[in-house]
Order: sequence, then C-alpha cells, then structure tokens
Amino acid sequence: MLRVAFLLTGVGIPFPQFSFIHKPRVTSQKRLASHFTFQPDPPPSEFGSTQKMNLFQAVSSAMDNTLANDPTAVIFGEDVAFGGVFRCTVGLRDKYGKDRVFNTPLCEQGIVGFGIGIAATGATAIAEIQFADYIFPAFDQIVNEAAKYRYRSGNMFDCGRLTIRAPWGCVGHGSLYHSQSPEAYFAHTSGLKVVVPRGPVQAKGLLLSCIKDNNPCIFFEPKILYRAAVEQVPVDSYYIPLSQAEVLQEGSDVTLVAWGTQVHVLKEVANMAQEKLGVSCEIIDLKTILPWDIDTVCKSVVKTGRLLISHEAPVTGGFAAEISSTVQEECFLNLEAPIARVCGYDTPFPHIFEPFYIPDKWKCLEAVKKMLNY
Amino acid sequence: FSLNSFFTMQGPVLQQQPFNTPEEKPQFPGASADFVERLEFIQPNVISGIPIYRVMDRQGQILNPAEDPKIPREEVLNFYQKMTLLNTMDRILYESQRQGRISFYMTNYGEEGTHMGSAAALEPTDLVFGQYREAGVLMYRGFPLDLFMAQCYANADDLGKGRQMPVHYGCKDLNFVTISSPLATQLPQAAGAAYALKRENNNRAVICYFGEGAASEGDAHAGFNFAATLECPIIFFCRNNGYAISTPTSEQYRGDGIAARGPGYGIMSIRVDGNDVFAVYNATREARRRAVAENQPFLIEAMTYRIGHHSTSDDSSAYRSVDEVNYWDKQDHPISRLRHYMVSRGWWDEDQERAWRKQSRQHVMEAFERAERRLKPSPDNLFSDVYDENPPLLKKQEQDLFQHIRQYKEHYPLDLYEK
Repeated sequence: MLRVAFLLTGVGIPFPQFSFIHKPRVTSQKRLASHFTFQPDPPPSEFGSTQKMNLFQAVSSAMDNTLANDPTAVIFGEDVAFGGVFRCTVGLRDKYGKDRVFNTPLCEQGIVGFGIGIAATGATAIAEIQFADYIFPAFDQIVNEAAKYRYRSGNMFDCGRLTIRAPWGCVGHGSLYHSQSPEAYFAHTSGLKVVVPRGPVQAKGLLLSCIKDNNPCIFFEPKILYRAAVEQVPVDSYYIPLSQAEVLQEGSDVTLVAWGTQVHVLKEVANMAQEKLGVSCEIIDLKTILPWDIDTVCKSVVKTGRLLISHEAPVTGGFAAEISSTVQEECFLNLEAPIARVCGYDTPFPHIFEPFYIPDKWKCLEAVKKMLNY
Repeated sequence: FSLNSFFTMQGPVLQQQPFNTPEEKPQFPGASADFVERLEFIQPNVISGIPIYRVMDRQGQILNPAEDPKIPREEVLNFYQKMTLLNTMDRILYESQRQGRISFYMTNYGEEGTHMGSAAALEPTDLVFGQYREAGVLMYRGFPLDLFMAQCYANADDLGKGRQMPVHYGCKDLNFVTISSPLATQLPQAAGAAYALKRENNNRAVICYFGEGAASEGDAHAGFNFAATLECPIIFFCRNNGYAISTPTSEQYRGDGIAARGPGYGIMSIRVDGNDVFAVYNATREARRRAVAENQPFLIEAMTYRIGHHSTSDDSSAYRSVDEVNYWDKQDHPISRLRHYMVSRGWWDEDQERAWRKQSRQHVMEAFERAERRLKPSPDNLFSDVYDENPPLLKKQEQDLFQHIRQYKEHYPLDLYEK
C-alpha cells in the first residue's frame, strides 16, 4: 500500500539527471508542503512596544539586548561573526565589537569547553553549535563538565553563565545530520537546563531567561521556524520563566503535550479532533525539558484522564517516556486509557522518507481516536 | 534554481582569465609560503628533538650564571620546604590508602619541582587549571594541610563537600579551579577563562597543567588551537613523565613529544628539565610575562619521570623496571637537586634537614589525625549545588531519602555524618 502511494504521488521515483531540461515526466516534484501551520501567539502587551519578527530575528534581538545590558557577555561559535548560517547574529559584531561576537575554530568540544571557561570567570558566555546534530562532540564537556561544575566544587566554581544555542528539529530535507532532536540525551543529566521554544515570542523570552539563569542551559531553536514563524515580539528584554509549561488551550477529554514545532502540529490535531470526533483537547507546551513542569502536566491529566505526548525524536528513550512514566505514577487513579506516545520511529532521521517518519497530525489524530475508543 | 541560470553558468566557467600578476607567488589563503619545484615531504625531527632547558646540573651547580634566577635564600627554602612537605604528605596519605583509611590517592613523587617552580613564577591572582598531579601548586599557594586532608577524607571541612574522589582539590580563594577526573577537559576551559581575563584587562594570566597522555585527547587539540586563534594569555604546562598509567610515550605519540606540537598551532614553545626547579621557574616566569603582555599562549613541556605508581589502584612494577624507577629516585630527583644547591650555598645542612623532616612529618600527622576524627558532611549535601536552587523534583527526592533514612536508620552509617 505504501508502495502504491509512492507511485501515485511520484515521490520516490528516481529523478533522471538533467530531466528538467525536457518536459518533466512526473507532475509533482515540488518540495512537500510543511507538516504544520504556525499559529502566532497573541501580541504580548505587558513588555512594551513590539515589532514583527521571525524566530531568527527574535533570537537575534534577545542577544542584542544581552550584549547591550551585560558588558561581560560574548557570543561565539562557527560562522557567527558574519551573522551565522541562520542569520541569528546578523549585525551584532558590527554593533558590539569583534571581541564580543567572534568565530571559533571548527571544533564543538572546543566551543563548549571554551564557553565553560568564560563562564567560570563569571562572564556571560553564549555559545552556538551550528546544528544540534553536531553537539555530540561536546557531549563530554556538557555532561561531565558543565552540568557537574557547581556540584563537584561544592559551589566554589560554576559555569552558570553559560548558554548553548543550537538549531534543532526536522526541516523537511535535513536527513540524518540536520534534523535531530537530541533533548532526551541531555534530559538524563542533572545540572543542565534544556529549553525549546515554539515561536518568536517564546524564543526571545526563554532565551533571555536561559542567559540570565545561573545554570548551564541548552537552548534548542526549531530551525524550521526560523523564517516560517512570524509574530509581534517585544523589542526590549523580557523573561519567560523556565521549568513552567503553558496550557495553550483548555480541554476536558485528553491532554496533548509537545514542545517546539510539534506544538503547532498538536494545535491542528486538537481542531481536527474537535471537528471530526467531537473531542475536547487540552494542549500543553512543555517548553522546558529539564527540569520539567510535572505539576502542570499532571494537573491537566487529572482533569482529562488521557494523555498523548508527541515528539519528533525517536520513541525509545525519548523524553515522552519520562513524562509518561511520571504521569502514570502520579495520576494512576485518573487515567482512563494507556498514555500514548506519538514520536519518531527508532531509526536514524531519513532524507526522502521524512514525510513518513515524522509524527504528523494524522498519526496523532489516530492516536487520539484510539485513546477515546479504549 | 532556474533553467536560465543553469545555462549561463556553462560557457564562461571554462575560460581562463589572463594573468595580471607577473611573479609566481602562491595566493592560497590557507598558508603563507613559497612554491617549491622539488617533491619533498617534511620529515619530523625526533632523534634530535627540541632541547631541554636547564639551569643547574644534577649536583645543584648553576651551569650558566646568566640564567641564574638568583632567587633569595628565603624563597629557595620555601621551595624546598614545600616540596618536601608535599613529599611527606604523599607518603602518609599513600600509606593511609594502603591501610584502607582513605579510598584513593595519587602521589606527586618526582614532579614536585614542576609544581613549585611554576607556581612561584605566577602571580597569586593567576587562575590555575590542573589535571590531578599538581598538588604542589596549591601547597605553594598556602593551601593548609587540613584542607588537603579534609578533601581526601571527604570530611565536613572539605570545601568540595565530600562529593569527589580524593585528590580532586579546588580552592576559590587561591584561584585553583576544582580538579575533575575526565582528562584534558580543562584545556579548552582554561583557554576560555584566559579569553575572559583578557577582556577584563586585569593583568591576569591562566596556567593549565596536563600530562603527556592527556595531550592525546581531542580537547587538547581544541585548547591549543582556540588559545592561538583567539589570542589568549595562557600557559599550557605539560608534565611529560613518560607514562600514562602503563602506556609509555612510544605508544602515546610518534612526534618529538608535546613541545613540538606547539609551533604547529602557532604557539611559542619550550622544553625544560622538570627536575630543575629553576629552569621551570625561569620558563614559566618569562612565558607569563609575555603571555600577559602580548595576549598569546605559551607551551612549556617539563620533562620528568613519574617515580610513584600512577595511583593507589596501580602497581607500576607490572609494566616498568625497578631499576628505571630507582635511577630517577636516587640519581635525578628535583628535591635532592635543590638540596645540593642549598647545601653548596651553605643554606642548608644535615641538622636542618633532620629537624625539618621531623617537624614536617609532625605537621602532616597532626592534620591527618584531625581529619580522620572529623565527621563526614551532612547527607543533605548530596542534593545541594546540582543547580543554584533545587528544582521541586530534587526537593522531593531529598525528602524521600530522609523519610527513608528515618525508617531504616540502622542500615545506614549515620553516626559518621554530621546531622
């Protein structure tokens, strides 16, 4: 059946070289439409004047505010000086000087180690890893060093001023090494904070909180939203608290939990579930993976009795497992159906098969349906 | 991209531009070099390597008066007393591990000169990143015996709150960053700290110690390269003692040691006799002066020999000869060399030696006994400092533990811990 679908859509047919010079033999070779629809937050009114920004501009704005207000703050990584491969640092070097916004050699373990050293002196270090997929060379520095610096020294030394930013998540065609969502690897490491925003307003407020926070933070930026997500973002600094999930839509039948881009997928799922099944969904954006907001999620599940967790990362050992297990412990008497996890499969992230790999709205809707019929 | 742009790319790409520079000069952005018309691979020079700088010979005689640092008598006595005090502490703590009184220990035998000579050449405000065999640096800076012992015993006085294995010292007041076990992680960190100090513009430098085995880690490569490209005031100090646990240097590298790698990174480098405290002092002092003035890294490779076992979990006779060890212990030791120097000046004699041995041993034993009698830190230190503030989940786990302990208290060694 899958094979038939391939042939009908034309996806998967080998594309003969230079065939585009002639009349294309297949009708549909355009890149697939995105798997989500970004829904802007209502413009925040409490933080002063706003400006239309996409996600990369919101990230840039957060760093601009930081460099302006904190003379110790520096930004570094691969190719950040000219503005970054995703434009997140455009203009900052010209504005704040080359000793504050600078390129490093191409070496992730070096970038994080260097950032820890800066932070250990009390200065603010904002390190960029070019793709979350390339954070693994720095795994030792993050897990054995950054996360344990304060604890092992009895609080004499810490690297709480360190923030590591990295583009994250699927992007339509990123394949194995430009698509990964490695948050669960870090969720197993006490001492770290791990944060993922769902849009520009969240990105700026959460990034500023990460930078201000006195613990080493990893901030994953959903790169598919860099340009796609546009909304009104406050121009000045503002802070969205870490370790606080947000109920985006109240509901009574089932709780849906996600973070990053997947929040927008679940918003659509909630609409579909309402329309097609008459089901009322409560949507929660977890935002902080570690330490996560157990209370908000459990409170919701106590009310709805059902929980679906969805993430792009593979299911086995994914963070949904942690949420699922905790909710099962805390809400055993309230659960009316097994907790559903709709996640990536336990494979590497594929190139041409991405549409089949990701936990899209149809997979999530089907899970909701099954849960309601349990 | 459009079909038009595809076609227009074709034609002109294959046409060569006329030459506008007459002379044949390489224009590659990646290196500044001339062309050569003969095929020749660059051969590493390992038979006759970078020479080993020394100031005095094995009998403590200054070889070249121009290189004599002319350190005053009191300071030389200070060097000597701290090297021997470290040696005495090593012997007592090593034995205490053998008796099961502490869980682990690593001695500094044979490397006392590298610690004292380099530490003396620094300013007290310079930030130190170490590996684990640099206790002498802390001793030079005045870290009390009681705190060395407190860390090894993980008692309630330990600044690290009893969380790390023995010899993982650290001291904020003495600018000595807490030791961690993963090798070489401190190198890029030290470079980052040096970068931050450069921006503070406070005339401070960073020194970063590591062994020749740790230099094989990827983080060493990262640290050297970052320090050079980002122009950091840092001294990389390598203790090349011939072994990484059982692995001899012939299985660690094939170049001319560690010093020869420095120039490859654009780092000013030198090799010194690590058993010659004055050679170490001179090299470190000059490296520090220039690192701070010029904002550039320096690499010092101190050649020495690891006289003791790697650690208390290692029996080094399984992989090297007793004769080899004896040579360095009896014929070429940093402590005996400095003693020769002092005796030849009339600054030290047998009586003073005997008295100091006795006195230092007594100091160490007193601290040792105090440390052993002291309680361990309260178990609530298990949970603090993971974050700056405990998240709710951790608070709950802490409550769970204490509730559990109350119920099962006879199964836990509570009487050894502070309340």
